[in-house]
Amino acid sequence: MIERARGLNIATQIILGAGLLTLLVPLYLTFVAATQTLPEVNRVPPTFLPGTHLFDNLAEAWVRSNFGQKFVNTMILATGVVVGKITVAAITAFGIVFFQHRFRMLIFWLIFITLMLPLEVRIVPTYSVAANALSPFQQILDVVGLTWLLEALTGMRVALEWNLLNSYTGLILPLVATATGTFLYRQFFMTIPDELVEAAQMDGAGPLRFLWEVLIPLSRTNIAALATIMFVYSWNQYLWPLLIITDPNYGVVAVELGQLVPDSNTTGGGIPHWNLAMAGTLIVMVPPVLVVIFMQRWFVRGLINTDK
Amino acid sequence: MADINIRRVEKSYGDTRVVHGVDLDIRDGEFVVILGPSGCGKSTLLRMIAGLEAISGGEIAIGGRVVNDLEPRQRGCAMVFQNYALYPHMSVAENIGYALKIAGIGKAERRARVQSVATAIGLEDYLDRRPGQLSGGQRQRVAMGRAMIREPKVFLFDEPLSNLDAKLRVQMRLEIRHLHQRLAATSVFVTHDQIEAMTLADRMVVMNQGNIEQVGAPSDVYDRPASTFVASFIGSPPMNLLPGRMTESGQHVELADGQHVPIPTALAQGRAGRPVTLGIRPEDIRHGPAAGGSGLTAKFDFLEELGMGRLFHGTLGGQDIIMHATDKTPPVFGTAVDIAFDPSRLHLFDVETGKRLAGESGRADKEQWSGYRATA
Repeated sequence: MIERARGLNIATQIILGAGLLTLLVPLYLTFVAATQTLPEVNRVPPTFLPGTHLFDNLAEAWVRSNFGQKFVNTMILATGVVVGKITVAAITAFGIVFFQHRFRMLIFWLIFITLMLPLEVRIVPTYSVAANALSPFQQILDVVGLTWLLEALTGMRVALEWNLLNSYTGLILPLVATATGTFLYRQFFMTIPDELVEAAQMDGAGPLRFLWEVLIPLSRTNIAALATIMFVYSWNQYLWPLLIITDPNYGVVAVELGQLVPDSNTTGGGIPHWNLAMAGTLIVMVPPVLVVIFMQRWFVRGLINTDK
Repeated sequence: MADINIRRVEKSYGDTRVVHGVDLDIRDGEFVVILGPSGCGKSTLLRMIAGLEAISGGEIAIGGRVVNDLEPRQRGCAMVFQNYALYPHMSVAENIGYALKIAGIGKAERRARVQSVATAIGLEDYLDRRPGQLSGGQRQRVAMGRAMIREPKVFLFDEPLSNLDAKLRVQMRLEIRHLHQRLAATSVFVTHDQIEAMTLADRMVVMNQGNIEQVGAPSDVYDRPASTFVASFIGSPPMNLLPGRMTESGQHVELADGQHVPIPTALAQGRAGRPVTLGIRPEDIRHGPAAGGSGLTAKFDFLEELGMGRLFHGTLGGQDIIMHATDKTPPVFGTAVDIAFDPSRLHLFDVETGKRLAGESGRADKEQWSGYRATA
């Protein structure tokens, strides 16, 4: 904004400062709590100065939660989801933008509407599908009467089953479809001039070649932006893993962090170990923060869409 | 052999027809320019040849083979686009060689051919640059290189020069002409710029509202426009078109204000007493009384100095006219002055259809006009 009013300048700076403070205070409190011993963290009134036990707490939290395994699991989940989302969204948007077919607007709006149905809303049906990924097909077979027919003819009963509970596939697949990503790609693809598409046609490039050799290289910044957002999103997944993972070998960090938070289940009503919970939080925060820092340059460019 | 035969080709978008059954034969090695105002269907026609638009009716054959249902890549055409349409993420060399890469041609051969094309278009020092680092003229050259490398049977140009500044446009025009002389590939060039059309074309095609108005050599189209549309579209400034009526004797056209323009008897042809549109190019009007003393007068308001002549703007018979005078007669404004039409360069058009009736029998008559002027 071009304003030369001094008062206004000061006011905006103050608001900015206040905003920054609001964001930083919780982080600071987390850090402080993570550096204190159990008695210190539970003292009333609380101290707001860091203690000296940061590394003890980090080590304790790491071991107690078995974060080693959880980090690997969450990495697999996040990578799988990010790669899946980027691929599926790119192909979907490609189909919607570059192919003239009668239903493309309908398909686009159907995808768009799913934005209103996040996982949390449809979690029960999603769970039942995850429990047997083939159950929809089974139902189709049942309704059509094929099951009955086969049973009558061969004496064998068709029972399709593909259990996704307690598996990486089950963790990843339901999170892969993304309306946001499709939309982001679509907006970018629509800025590609028609002449470029036609030039590729004249050069003899088929659709897949055009996607792979022209569109994908051109949308690198978009991919980076999407990957960053989606990595943080999947790293923080809590509800879905909580629901379908019962085997601790497949546990993810966000759920494990929940176990660290003191409540009647974990400590049995004893003294709450806030210092460990906060140390765990610090550990869990590291990968997304690193990703954002490293991807920041690309990320911003991808969102404001200037690199063409 | 790559002649292009276009038979009754139509294009409709839903209920709107944009190309109405066009017939055109382009000979092998010929340079044809399609000219017309925007929205006349010229680009659509070109894109149908290229295969970028589906053909709604009729058929197009390239080299004797009907291509209606062929993919663009199977038609053996290369195209140069108005906005260059280079791949922004590829270097100049990759841009030029992309078609070869798709065709599965090996790296070594690709590099050699890219190199030779780059030399031909004068960009051998820029092969590693990205399109974003090139000027407009250089980008257009890359686009041409990309078309050349495939050694296509047919070159298609879709207004390739309209994004360049005036000086570059002239230069690129010459380069395209050179290129055509060297490669002798059949070329179809779409433009709305009549200078480009006149200078480049072996034959030009004037289109209007989805129809072909006239096909012919540039000088033919200029000297014998087939309709008032062509007459007013070609030539800058355009031909003066004056409404009038053929006199009963068939020797004059009477203008709206009662002035008589003598016309050669050959033009009358049974039109006596009928309304006609009289056409005369600005450069075929002169200062001074006509030899026969017919006494045409016009009133001029101002002039534009061109250096090689002067454009007088004024009215005749209530109609705006422009005279391109190369003599140095001191200008008189506001009062009626004597002017003369070159009788051999008159054009007559039907009032309703706008079609040419007759007139202007050719360049040979030019001498007659010189003699005529001597007596003036």
